[in-house]
Amino acid sequence: MANTDQEILEGLAEIVAEETGLDTADVLLEKSFTDDLDIDSLSMMTIVTHAEDKFGVRIPDEEVKNLATVGDAVSFIKGAQD
Amino acid sequence: MTSLQQAQPTQFSRILAIGAERGELVVTNDDIAGPIDSSDEWIRQRTGIVTRRRAGADKDMLDLAEAASNRALAAAGLTGADIDAVILSTITHMHMTPSAAAILAERIGATPAAAYDVSAACAGYAYGIGQADALVRSGLARHVLVIGAEKLSEIIDPTDRSISFLLGDGAGAAIVGPSDTPGIGPTVWGSDGSKATAIRQTHSWTELREDPSLGWPTLRQDGQTVFKWASFQMAPVAEKAMAEAGVTAQDIQVFIPHQANMRIIDQMKKQLGLPDTVVIARDIAETGNTSAASIPLAAERLLSEGQANSGDLALQIGFGAGLVYAAQVVVLP
Repeated sequence: MANTDQEILEGLAEIVAEETGLDTADVLLEKSFTDDLDIDSLSMMTIVTHAEDKFGVRIPDEEVKNLATVGDAVSFIKGAQD
Repeated sequence: MTSLQQAQPTQFSRILAIGAERGELVVTNDDIAGPIDSSDEWIRQRTGIVTRRRAGADKDMLDLAEAASNRALAAAGLTGADIDAVILSTITHMHMTPSAAAILAERIGATPAAAYDVSAACAGYAYGIGQADALVRSGLARHVLVIGAEKLSEIIDPTDRSISFLLGDGAGAAIVGPSDTPGIGPTVWGSDGSKATAIRQTHSWTELREDPSLGWPTLRQDGQTVFKWASFQMAPVAEKAMAEAGVTAQDIQVFIPHQANMRIIDQMKKQLGLPDTVVIARDIAETGNTSAASIPLAAERLLSEGQANSGDLALQIGFGAGLVYAAQVVVLP
């Protein structure tokens, strides 16, 4: 079942918080995974894997480098669900 | 009519002894950080590696294999003459033929044992243990020597940021033989050739012949793809190995994954739900990633340092270029 953008953001924030120890409130659409949230490439793959499971989508490895911000990830997941 | 006789099977097998040999040079992160524009801190944070062991120019992969094999033989109270088969896993034998195993068998006095190489990269030791278990229980061999041996420093590029800085040199050997009690659980193994380029040689020998300017081939990996595959797709393989052995995560005393990256090891522990009481092999911190040698080297360290004991139940899993993987639960010697 497709999620709303807000549901995807909240779910993603929980995954990021679990992986990084950040507060979910810090995970905002405009935040850059690397520059703002200090997430490295391996943590990013962990987040992607959990997001695939949570939202029932597949995020190809070659697509991950294009997901610069949290908003990019929300958009990709939304698009993949539709 | 005379009826055909088949080899007489024996019921159980186990690992009788393990032997190890590490490259004698201790290479720090600072030693290699310059050409990849990196730092000790970055390498530790991404990989958990503090040093890697490498062999000098006077030693090759077979020298490492020979030393480890002789230690395993001595620990088992056997000689080369007691060995019926030699299975050597390596990706750094610099001749396409003859096999390294045949040369090793001769060097350790195991002639005329059956001898062959296995090309299963970082899963090679676990592949070899699975084959040795089958050979011993089928009655085709009584004692099998399994070796993972690599001089990976032969195929690194100091300017490569994908894999070269992880790699070390070493050899680990195990002797598998008959047992009164079960000592090696069923091997769960497989491959996924759709990801054949995830860990690869930069170019082939024929490409080098056509264009010598390509230079010596070295290794590369798609680090993120391999991290994701190893961290999340190998846990179900390890779970299947436990299930087929009739044990659960609560029964496991030692976890010995291929020493690829500390972050993968930590993620696998989490995925498998291993209790904190389980001893986790972390030899990668000092030895680096030694491909097929990493599991026996890590096992040898745990046993020699007293972190693990003879008789402990250990879950081991190898995974790497192919992609290929193999896991089994074993009783430590």
